[in-house]
Amino acid sequence: MYDFAFHKPSTLAEAVGLLADPDARPLSGGQTILPALKHRLDRPSALVDLSGIAELRGIRREGDRLVIGAMSRHAEISRDPTVQAAIPALARMAGNLGDTQVRNRGTMGGSLANNDPAADYPAAALGLGATLVTNRRRIPADEFFLGMFTTALEPGELLTGIEYPIPDKAGYAKMRNPASRYVMTGVFVSRGPAGVRVVVNGAGPGVFRQAEMEAALTGNWSPEAVAGIRQSPDALNSDIHGSAEYRAHLVTVMAKRAVVDAG
Amino acid sequence: MPSVNLTVNGQPHSVEVEGRTLLVELLREKLSLTGTHVGCDTSQCGACVVHVDGESVKSCTMLAVQAEGTSVTTIEGLAAPDGTLHPMQEAFREYHALQCGFCTPGMVMSAIDLVKKHPEGMDEHEIREGLEGNLCRCTGYHNIVKAIAAAQEVMHGRRTALAPAEV
Ligand code: FES
Ligand code: FES
Repeated sequence: MYDFAFHKPSTLAEAVGLLADPDARPLSGGQTILPALKHRLDRPSALVDLSGIAELRGIRREGDRLVIGAMSRHAEISRDPTVQAAIPALARMAGNLGDTQVRNRGTMGGSLANNDPAADYPAAALGLGATLVTNRRRIPADEFFLGMFTTALEPGELLTGIEYPIPDKAGYAKMRNPASRYVMTGVFVSRGPAGVRVVVNGAGPGVFRQAEMEAALTGNWSPEAVAGIRQSPDALNSDIHGSAEYRAHLVTVMAKRAVVDAG
Repeated sequence: MPSVNLTVNGQPHSVEVEGRTLLVELLREKLSLTGTHVGCDTSQCGACVVHVDGESVKSCTMLAVQAEGTSVTTIEGLAAPDGTLHPMQEAFREYHALQCGFCTPGMVMSAIDLVKKHPEGMDEHEIREGLEGNLCRCTGYHNIVKAIAAAQEVMHGRRTALAPAEV
């Protein structure tokens, strides 16, 4: 790892000021950026630690929305009674990603801003029709995820929180790579104020909605409704962990399990 | 050079580091606490697990400067001053839960956090799932799982002494 300056601001304004340097990088939980820096994939002039900023923390229910501060850690989200009551599928997701030590450090905002194709939260954010709130604007999830490791965030723009409309039902199922435990294919389903949503993660270069399954579940919320729908393998990932055809097959299997998970 | 103020195993320290110094480097190289191991340096093996403010973390994936103001516990800080082992250490010994011992400090630290988070007690499956972030290349995990199952009974006060291992 190359050396860098380290800053720990206590306000959002201060952090945004420090990140005006195009070579400075925000540091949230560090579970992705620190391994990347060890591999010298980047050479930042400074890391700006966001963990001291109160405005980025906190989990609360505001009417029909669940609002989660960007710096909320996975372990905290999984144990939070407000999350467990409002969107149990989201609490389960947070408690079942990475490993215990990653969950004790990693944050929801960090994961969403990173948009790893194998990450879990992008499926929930898109699958619930969330709004991603930054220091500049409010971005609907449908416009936020732009493909592999790419989001609508602009230089100097920081994710401050995520607002999830509370669904009537939501569920998630994933097939993990048995060795790395990364998601090979996952499906998040929900029914609620954002309509019926079916989102696939892990299988392609980024999260995407599965329109045919959404239509089928709108008429008939049951695993049988999606059992006969086949995802096209075109544009899905093929690598040593699985072919595009295998991942396409998993989309149907995971969709059925996600509907069962949602109840 | 930044300096970090933190408490390690109850002792306050102020240590000069670089921005890029990892917590595990601070512990091993600056404080000579070499009980915390580095197996992979890529966040996978868990040999480097320590507790930061009571939560288990991979100290190879945390900067020393991020530990400013925290209280860190390493494997060296578990036994009582008179040498009495922590129930988890005692269980690892009693149940022969180690062979080469390289993974052991991280296993013990993870296991303690795991047991504390599950006051209701864990079955074998839950213990295995909970050890997801720790790899052992020797034991096949079998005796590690038995040791944790036995230690949780003592840690939660359901037994006053460790159940002896069957021989
Ligand atoms: S050395 Fe830290 S996880 Fe392996
Ligand atoms: S005892 Fe050798 S790696 Fe676990």
